[in-house]
Amino acid sequence: MNELWSYLETNGGNVLTALLQHIWLALLPVAIAFVLSLPLGALAHRYGPVRHVALTTGSVVYTVPSLALLLLLPGILGTSVLDPLNVVIALTLYSLALLVRTTADGLDAVDSTVLQAATAMGYRPLRRWFAVQLPLAMPVILTGLRVATVANVSMVSVAALIGIGGLGQLFTRGFQLGFYLPPIIIGLVLSVTLAVIADVLIVALQRGLTPWSRAGAR
Amino acid sequence: MTLDYLLDAANWSLTSPDGFPQRILEHLGYTFLALVIAAVIAFPIGLLIGHTGRGALVAINLGNAGRALPTLGVLMLALALVGIGLVPVTFALVVLAIPPILATTYAGIQSVADETVDAARGVGMTEAQIAWRVEVPIAMPIIIGGLRNASLQVVSTATIAAYAGLGGLGRYLFDGLATLQYDKVVAGAIVLAVLAVAIDLALAGAQRLLVSPGVDGRGAGNRPTTARPAGRPAGAG
Repeated sequence: MNELWSYLETNGGNVLTALLQHIWLALLPVAIAFVLSLPLGALAHRYGPVRHVALTTGSVVYTVPSLALLLLLPGILGTSVLDPLNVVIALTLYSLALLVRTTADGLDAVDSTVLQAATAMGYRPLRRWFAVQLPLAMPVILTGLRVATVANVSMVSVAALIGIGGLGQLFTRGFQLGFYLPPIIIGLVLSVTLAVIADVLIVALQRGLTPWSRAGAR
Repeated sequence: MTLDYLLDAANWSLTSPDGFPQRILEHLGYTFLALVIAAVIAFPIGLLIGHTGRGALVAINLGNAGRALPTLGVLMLALALVGIGLVPVTFALVVLAIPPILATTYAGIQSVADETVDAARGVGMTEAQIAWRVEVPIAMPIIIGGLRNASLQVVSTATIAAYAGLGGLGRYLFDGLATLQYDKVVAGAIVLAVLAVAIDLALAGAQRLLVSPGVDGRGAGNRPTTARPAGRPAGAG
């Protein structure tokens, strides 16, 4: 324990920088993918062929190992291997692969009689989408968002293997110091804590966004 | 050019210790060893929890916790505690593979309709018979889905074996990065990606063989469905 504290005392600044970079690199891709997945998921929900193409592409992307993707992207995009943009794009692709599927599933699960009722009450298609369809699909969509967020937080560490920041740097640091435990343990604890906090925040968001799911558990 | 290393026939020699065939075999070896150990540990526990319903919270939370663990950190911890070699690498890979296998085995067994289990009990099957001959076959698509998830993660993460001084496809990635041979890195990454997709397809094929036609709808003339629970994409590597 003492070693942990003394490591934090001397390297606190580095640990904090790594933590902030980690948050940034993990959450930015989820945010981008979330925004993109709403229209793409809606298209996949509506048009069978789009769904087939999107889901097939998604599962292939999902299969590609993250380190392989991180190293192949520079060759495809012309970026430097050390460019954090590679990490952001790779994680956005993974998150998108998951979120388009859950968004389409969430929209599928909305009861069509509810939509007919909304139309009968005078909702125009766009308003109906935002006021009725999307909120009702939200629980399923947010479940996907939770999985994507937690997965991203743990995956960003891989980027340290090719020299990009984040908590993974603490693991490679421990490796360079001859398997010195303190940075490894601090990195593990911070990474898991971050994943748990992000997960809890999304659950709180879900409760805020879908008050009816608490009111009438029938 | 970036594809030079991949297309150079000398790197595909069967006898070369640093050739693709040798490295692929090593990689498959680490993967297979870890998956077998993880399945031997996780499958019976998942089956027991799913059948009895006791300890369900453990199964669910373990599945979630497994997703949050950074693979690289687990490996480094294992290396720091056990030392360099095959044992810590296998340990880290097993730790990664257990949660998806256990959680999906539990989820699959648990999803079997109560009426079905009651009917099996009603015709006089013992608990073991119910588990093996009713619950496991019905849950098979979900269980194999978990195995596919676990294998993907292990195949990707086995790359880190090279970081710990062993072989496998990770050698090309780390050696190439160290010597700034980008064509070597690209070759390793492409072979790794193809291997991951091939293993996933092989397990999808196994799913068709192992799942009873009556369970996935082929027998009833329906469209086959492929169960694939959401996990996380291939982890480190």
